[in-house]
Amino acid sequence: MRRPKKYESGEATQYISRRAALRKLQLSLNDFRRLCILKGVYPREPKHRRRAQKGSSEIKVLYHTKDIRFLLHESIVWTLRDYKIFAKKSNRDRAIKDFRNLKRRLALFPEIKLDHIVKERYPTFIDALKDLDDCLTLLFLFSTFPSLHLIPREQSNLCRRLTIEFLHYVIASKSLRKVFISIKGYYFQAEIKGQKVTWIVPHYYPFKPQSRQEVDFKVMSIFVEFYTIMLGFTNFRLFHGLNLAYPPQFPSSVLQDSEESLKDEASFVSDRIAALNFELLRTDKVQEDEEELDIDMELLEQDGDSKRIIKMKQEAQEVSRLRTLFKGLKFFINREVPREPLVILIRSFGGKVSWDSSIFAGSTYDEADETITHQIVDRPSISTQYISRDYIQPQWVFDCVNQRQLLPTNKYFIGETLPPHLSPFVDSKRDSYIPPEEKALLDPSLIETHAQSDDDSEDEAEKEEEEAVDQELLDAQLQLAYQQETAEYKKYGGPDGVNEDEEDPEDDDEDDDEEEEEEELDEKTKRLQEEKQKMSVQSGKVHKVNKRQLHKAEVDEHRLQARMVKPRHRNLFRKLIREKQTKEKEEWLLRKKRRTHEANEKEARKTAKREARKEAAAAAAKASKLGK
Amino acid sequence: MTKKLALKRKGKDAEPTNEVVASSEASENEEEEEDLLQAVKDPGEDSTDDEGIDQEYHSDSSEELQFESDEEGNYLGRKQSSSAEEDEESSDEDDDEEEGSSDEEGEEDEEKDSKSKQADDKPSSSGAASKKAPTTELSKRDTSKPEYQDSDTSDEEDIRNTVGNIPMHWYDEYKHIGYDWDAKKIIKPPQGDQIDEFLRKIEDPDFWRTVKDPLTGQDVRLTDEDIALIKRIVSGRIPNKDHEEYEPWIEWFTSEVEKMPIKNVPDHKRSFLPSVSEKKRVSRMVHALKMGWMKTTEEVEREKQAKRGPKFYMLWETDTSREHMRRIHDPVSAPKRDLPGHAESYNPPPEYLFDAKETKEWLKLKDEPHKRKLHFMPQKFKSLREVPAYSRYLRERFLRCLDLYLCPRAKRVKLNIDAEYLIPKLPSPRDLQPFPTVESMVYRGHTDLVRSVSVEPKGEYLVSGSDDKTVKIWEIATGRCIRTIETDEVVRCVAWCPNPKLSIIAVATGNRLLLVNPKVGDKVLVKKTDDLLAEAPSQDVIESERIKTAVQWSNAEADEQEKGVRVVITHFKPIRQVTWHGRGDYLATVMPEGANRSALIHQLSKRRSQIPFSKSKGLIQFVLFHPVKPCFFVATQHNIRIYDLVKQELVKKLLTNSKWISGMSIHPKGDNLLVSTYDKKMLWFDLDLSTKPYQTMRLHRNAVRSVAFHLRYPLFASGSDDQAVIVSHGMVYNDLLQNPLIVPLKKLQTHEKRDEFGVLDVNWHPVQPWIFSTGADSTIRLYT
Repeated sequence: MRRPKKYESGEATQYISRRAALRKLQLSLNDFRRLCILKGVYPREPKHRRRAQKGSSEIKVLYHTKDIRFLLHESIVWTLRDYKIFAKKSNRDRAIKDFRNLKRRLALFPEIKLDHIVKERYPTFIDALKDLDDCLTLLFLFSTFPSLHLIPREQSNLCRRLTIEFLHYVIASKSLRKVFISIKGYYFQAEIKGQKVTWIVPHYYPFKPQSRQEVDFKVMSIFVEFYTIMLGFTNFRLFHGLNLAYPPQFPSSVLQDSEESLKDEASFVSDRIAALNFELLRTDKVQEDEEELDIDMELLEQDGDSKRIIKMKQEAQEVSRLRTLFKGLKFFINREVPREPLVILIRSFGGKVSWDSSIFAGSTYDEADETITHQIVDRPSISTQYISRDYIQPQWVFDCVNQRQLLPTNKYFIGETLPPHLSPFVDSKRDSYIPPEEKALLDPSLIETHAQSDDDSEDEAEKEEEEAVDQELLDAQLQLAYQQETAEYKKYGGPDGVNEDEEDPEDDDEDDDEEEEEEELDEKTKRLQEEKQKMSVQSGKVHKVNKRQLHKAEVDEHRLQARMVKPRHRNLFRKLIREKQTKEKEEWLLRKKRRTHEANEKEARKTAKREARKEAAAAAAKASKLGK
Repeated sequence: MTKKLALKRKGKDAEPTNEVVASSEASENEEEEEDLLQAVKDPGEDSTDDEGIDQEYHSDSSEELQFESDEEGNYLGRKQSSSAEEDEESSDEDDDEEEGSSDEEGEEDEEKDSKSKQADDKPSSSGAASKKAPTTELSKRDTSKPEYQDSDTSDEEDIRNTVGNIPMHWYDEYKHIGYDWDAKKIIKPPQGDQIDEFLRKIEDPDFWRTVKDPLTGQDVRLTDEDIALIKRIVSGRIPNKDHEEYEPWIEWFTSEVEKMPIKNVPDHKRSFLPSVSEKKRVSRMVHALKMGWMKTTEEVEREKQAKRGPKFYMLWETDTSREHMRRIHDPVSAPKRDLPGHAESYNPPPEYLFDAKETKEWLKLKDEPHKRKLHFMPQKFKSLREVPAYSRYLRERFLRCLDLYLCPRAKRVKLNIDAEYLIPKLPSPRDLQPFPTVESMVYRGHTDLVRSVSVEPKGEYLVSGSDDKTVKIWEIATGRCIRTIETDEVVRCVAWCPNPKLSIIAVATGNRLLLVNPKVGDKVLVKKTDDLLAEAPSQDVIESERIKTAVQWSNAEADEQEKGVRVVITHFKPIRQVTWHGRGDYLATVMPEGANRSALIHQLSKRRSQIPFSKSKGLIQFVLFHPVKPCFFVATQHNIRIYDLVKQELVKKLLTNSKWISGMSIHPKGDNLLVSTYDKKMLWFDLDLSTKPYQTMRLHRNAVRSVAFHLRYPLFASGSDDQAVIVSHGMVYNDLLQNPLIVPLKKLQTHEKRDEFGVLDVNWHPVQPWIFSTGADSTIRLYT
């Protein structure tokens, strides 16, 4: 029997280094990278790196041997090799100026077909939806790109087309759930077939020339190459699920990929947004009905009221409310407001939207329309205002969607300081710090009491502190009153005041008598009480436990027990404790910052009030002087 | 160059067109300017040729005649001016170029002015002697006289240099500059210095258009026409301003096909036959089309249309059904990026914004971005309109791409547990009472660190040995020091005899082991002990030399007798530790320096010593008798050996896996051993179970000095250099299947720190759950 040699079985044969893989596939590193990106092959982390690397301990990029063998059978590999051949031959033609042949060859450029890879990477449609996050984020980014050396115009065009189609689906299916304006871009989260799909639309204009070390557009372009195909197929299926025609058809006035619109970036973007404002062509003529949901609810009711089902019902109700959030509302977007996210939001929750027709294409009604309920404005003031509509800042729309209800607009009026914009993606059940605004959202009763108590305490404090100011004010008023009184007295001169003065001393005497009697009574009762006290059982004193000491003892005890952690868990335990501590520290810091901020604000408010009062006092004093 | 131009013009002139004639006036002016240019540009060239041509050229023109009379006046004026100039001229030839350049600059500067000026100049130009001599001269010549006459007569006043085409700097050193037609020297005009030049510049309004003629050294004033010409040349246009660039096309060769052939030869026959080569080519194309090698333009167009953009179709028939396809092995999907929190908002709550300190820290970690608590700096914008594009957005997307294809993936079980979960579930200390919880007594009196403490078997008195060379006996209940026994050397260890029928204390000071009668408690007992120790029993066994050299027994001296010392056992090396056997007859001492005689066992009743080991197995630290069995525990630096004293053999070797053992204590039942080490550990050995520790406890933060089991209660305690005494519950069950239960109960930390030492020794009260501890702060403390 042959003795087994080292590294001939087990982990050493499971993994293959990148260099070996390149040798095996007979590809250049660039081609290999392309292949890996397209096929979704990634390096693996072995369980025992040393064993996997046949004894060497330096860190290599390791691939699974089976993956590489799988790549070996891929038809793309041949296309990649054909590219190489093509480049060689066409270069030769060019060099010898055989342009006829070159032309013929260019027509036969080997095309890569990725359809089968999409199917293979995502065997079910749900798998594809699960992986849609990165795809959408990247395509939305690329859809804003100019024509670059490594990114052909067709690619960014295709990205635009596909992302718009996807947005149309989101609008048509009303599947948008959460939105968030971050400093990086607009986060959108939609729920498609039970999968949460989150994507980011960057703030305009995201492209900036980048150095090669910072960003390699080649790599991103390969990703986009695959993702466009994937999103295309996904869109196809999604549109068919809604009985919509694919590719979607728009009125001919909007979204034509003509040369003109391609050249002019601004007009292209406006076309893109205009397209979002139109209903899509349906393959069936039946309007959407929402009865299905109700039926589901009834079925659930029969199952009984466990907590989970109640929760599910609540969730479903909220979602149904969200889907018709803006129904019946008419929005008008001013020209300084970023339109695209707002149009998506308003349209997908049933509202109507329009904008200035003289600047951008695709508006459906004019600003002067009296039926407009909300005008979205993002400037400090506006000259002509209609009484019939609310002038709100764009954050209102986002907050409404996240709250799943129409919020009062007074906090979002034009020129108002906006309340903080909170992230809807934070788990509300977490045990870490929750800002007061979020707390208020979770429990509306909290904020009111909080605000009231705040006001009360403020008032008290102000009373104490600002007595001096009040005094001044009072004095001035009193003086004024006195002057008026004297003036009146001089005028009429009545004896009523003297009579009143006489009555007073009599009353005082009576009071004194009563007091003496009371004193006598008091002495008697005191004696009685003393006797009683002697007889009675004295109430025991409450033993006061020093809470601090008790707490310290508890902590000590806990510490001692923590020392009994098993040696093999000790490091993990320490790490967990450290994490916990940093978390607590972070929380504490946030709380502290909030406190100082609030104190500062209060102070500022107080000084403002004080000054206002002082001014009032000064004015009153002046008035009194004038009166003299 | 001028020649060429002239020749061209000649050719043009030769053509029978009226245009040239019509523009003769202009061309004449042009000619002048050309002359001037010639003069400026190539001073050496002979001008005579030109003249001749000019003459010819002008001879044709008829309209010029009218012109002459006007020019005549000019000429006169010119003559005057030239003579005046002669007087005035002071500039040097060397300045010529400078002037020229300045001239041009001036020209450029005054380009705007010149246009307006031209209007002003024109009326005055006739009288102001702006025209140059040659033109007038030429026109004059043209009128009537033959050429030679013309040149002879009219040039009397004209200073024409006759030196020819030579470099003019040859005349630099002479007063004259050449010779005129009469072979007279042309004297250089007087040279002015720079101040003159400057003055002229100021005074003369035409200074900017004055140029020096290098041939004659005269200043020449350029006319408006000259300047216009120069401008045209500078701007790269055709110098002739009358030249029409878009003149109508004259068809010299007609494009119309004439009916009659021009040539007389008939067409060849092959021009009527189809070309063979073309036919071949066509047939090749047809074949190619048939074979599909070639495509018609329509087809190509159609294909292009088809190729534009990918085609999408229904790839997945249903949502969840999967078709069996080969996939990559064991796919691991990439984890999604974290969703944003409040801090990332464009308008976050105020507490999420960085304050100055956090900002500074964030900026400081520029090189190690992974250490930052947030990968971005939270920002607040007043309105959505002000939010700019995120500068690192592209980079972030790129990094995500790298993550997806370059980051190694593996499936890992994520431990999502609370730290509390890792703490073993132990019963609450409250359920395990009684145990000492508070300090209730402090015994003060020693002046140096107290090394050792021991309690009377009945639990009334206490003995302590200290570095101040005294042994003190205390009453436990009151804390009163009953007796102080002074010794000669540092007291390393004290041990009260566990036999309640004897009152003996073993005191190890220096080389000597003292057996002291404390004279406390029951008087009968004291008397009995005194009697017992009074005289030595008869020695019936002859001791070996090895023992004799190591140990000598003797009765105490008289002065020591008074103190209570009864027997003195003198060793050959300093004693570190002494321990009694449970019955109180045997006691063992340890001398770490004693090599193979470092452990000794003494028998009190026979006043006899023995050395159990012939060979040293290491530095012995601690020895202990088994409470029940005739076993002897010896702790060396790393290991513990258990010997059977009857069979005189090694029973077991316990591996502690520690650096240095400091002490031991055995459970009263004798099955469990507790070992303390200087490397902060305590080891619990279950002797029946294994030679390895059943449990290792790291309760202390510093070296553990001593451990002790309670005789009755399931308690043990340990004292350490971190000044803490930790009391633990150590329950041993009779059931062999049940493992001992160990629960740390209480940390008692009242000792003070002295020179890195904390608690040196701990000992339990024999009856009560009380513990005594001695510390480096020279106190003994009782915790109850």
